[in-house]
Amino acid sequence: MKVEAKILLGLGLFFGIMCAVYWNWSLENAGGVMMFAAMLLGFLPGGYYYWWSRRMKQRPEDNPQATQPQGAGVVGAFPGSSIFPFVMGMGAFFVVLALVFGIWLLVPGLGLVVWALLGGTGEGRRGGHH
Amino acid sequence: MTDVLDPPVHLEHHDDGHEEHHGPTGILNWLTSTDHKVIGLSYTVTSVIMLVIGGLFAEIVRGQLASPNGNLVSLAQYNELFTMHGSVMIYLFAGPFAFGALANIIVPIQIGAPDMAFPRLNALSYWLYLGGSITMLSGFFTAGGAANFGWVGYAPLSNSLNSPGSGADLWIGGLLLTGFSAIFTGVNLAATIFYLRAPGMTMFRMPIFTWNMLVTAILILLAFPVLTAGLIMLYCDRHFGTHIYSVAGGGVPVLWQHIFWFWGHPEVYILALPFFGMVTEVIAVFSRKPVFGYKGMIFATLTIAALSLGVWAHHMFTTGVVLLPFFSIMSLLIAVPTGIKMFNWIGTMWRGQVWFSTSMLMALGFLFTFLIGGLTGIYLASPPLDFFTHDTYFVIAHFHSVVMALVFGAMAGLYYWGPKITGYLLNERIGKIQFWFLFIGTQVFTFPLYILGLQGMPRRMAVYPNDPQWKTLNDISTLGAVLIGVSTIFFVINVVVSWKKYPAGDNPWDAQTLEWFTTSPPPHHNFYRLPQIRSERPTWDHNHPDHLSLHHGEHDGVHQTEGSPQ
Repeated sequence: MKVEAKILLGLGLFFGIMCAVYWNWSLENAGGVMMFAAMLLGFLPGGYYYWWSRRMKQRPEDNPQATQPQGAGVVGAFPGSSIFPFVMGMGAFFVVLALVFGIWLLVPGLGLVVWALLGGTGEGRRGGHH
Repeated sequence: MTDVLDPPVHLEHHDDGHEEHHGPTGILNWLTSTDHKVIGLSYTVTSVIMLVIGGLFAEIVRGQLASPNGNLVSLAQYNELFTMHGSVMIYLFAGPFAFGALANIIVPIQIGAPDMAFPRLNALSYWLYLGGSITMLSGFFTAGGAANFGWVGYAPLSNSLNSPGSGADLWIGGLLLTGFSAIFTGVNLAATIFYLRAPGMTMFRMPIFTWNMLVTAILILLAFPVLTAGLIMLYCDRHFGTHIYSVAGGGVPVLWQHIFWFWGHPEVYILALPFFGMVTEVIAVFSRKPVFGYKGMIFATLTIAALSLGVWAHHMFTTGVVLLPFFSIMSLLIAVPTGIKMFNWIGTMWRGQVWFSTSMLMALGFLFTFLIGGLTGIYLASPPLDFFTHDTYFVIAHFHSVVMALVFGAMAGLYYWGPKITGYLLNERIGKIQFWFLFIGTQVFTFPLYILGLQGMPRRMAVYPNDPQWKTLNDISTLGAVLIGVSTIFFVINVVVSWKKYPAGDNPWDAQTLEWFTTSPPPHHNFYRLPQIRSERPTWDHNHPDHLSLHHGEHDGVHQTEGSPQ
């Protein structure tokens, strides 16, 4: 986890320096704000990973001498199939079309999105289809 | 080394290590599957269809330019065609093919993961991409036609006064959907690589392709939200009476350019880095050597990514309101890590046993074409030269050298990983014919455009002065475009001719990385068992115990393979 943290913190540091140089040199706001945001996107997750990396014991994937049994067991939950991503995607599709062809398309669009949210959440709680 | 195979990895509730999957089949499988391989295949098919559609638009554009006063299409249709050609190729083909198709399929297998970290989010990404593609293309079926303001959508040309009609709104809507799709894929890729690596697969043992996809994912997360915000503001300007990009209401039109290119230049690397990764894998495997300068490649990738976010305004030199020295220096600096990569690719081939398979030829085509695109990019990073060539065909030629290199990379990836995905090889003879048409066609297509640009021919014009030299150069370029089209036909023929004809086996290339350890195609959740991972080439280590990349006890170093065949 330390390497992941260092990559993100390194990027954050780079963007921080670039932001300071650019903003002071150019006096242009849009680019300065965007680079500041980029710096935060490096520091926030990078800082979180670094904080955790100092508190957790070494993971098998970070251990160069790890053997495969060290990673055996439950890896995670990986549903094999679900209709709800499709339903959500079609809902978003209709919502975007509503921006172009008329507000009435929000009815099927948001309906599908809400159905997918409820259905997907319920499916996740039940463990999903494998 | 006798104990490279450990007991099977247990997944979820299955105790025998074998993941039996009894999901839906046929179209229901396509609609509901959250398996990264099925989703990746859906991305592959959709994005290749987009490549063909975008290519057809390009052929029509070149057909129009075959004569100075061409009348193949109307002026309005020409505007729609070049806009949608760029939009389809950039938004709907190159990116989704790289991080939706091949990364989706290959990255989890390369790191020994059973799937992507968020399978349902992964499926949602695909449906958003498909919905966005349909939305954007459906503009052609509206009364006013498709979007016609160029793939960059510059304000104030893209406002409701200058570009009325549904086509522009559908372009914005389609881009919003595909943008969210990309963001979700970026989250998924980063989480997968951070959290689902197999034991022993340390960060500095990951294949270069996976490294490049991680960096691409981080770039997506940095750049795409900016575009999404910019598009929402553009829509508000068009429909809700805001004046964010309009001078009339106190807004700033050039703000759109800042926002667009803050996304747009990293986007070039979001498109390019995955293909850099693909050709790195291909060159190493078909040179029978490890990647030369493994860590150097990684740091070059990270450096390119970091610098790419500080160069956006080199697209805006001629606006007169950007800091020229800053953006020129930053743009020129990118040549350094890119040069390191080029050096390492050559170093990987140096004294290797090079096997000129179709995939390797495509990778070499990438190197040559990208080199031309890269070198002409250095010209454009210099403000005085950029002032001279801005908005001319020189820029078109430079950009198409770069993106055509990516097409070579895509083909290298398809020929290399296709057998792993489908279980069958493509015909090598037809593949090589395709390569030569593509390679010659690409150079014949782009080279005259450089000259036309230097002579001042402006881009985005449907007609041009009746100058015999310009006519000849345009004709040559059109011939090149036709050759590229013919190469695509050979690819389709190859897929049809080779359909389930040449079984690939698990590792037809004697490749090095983890995806070649499992079956072709891989089972549900990818692996029945995993080897010990002691280097960045675990499959090679397992298959060649006498030629280990690293001895036991060594780790995280970069060593040439001891005793590997030269």
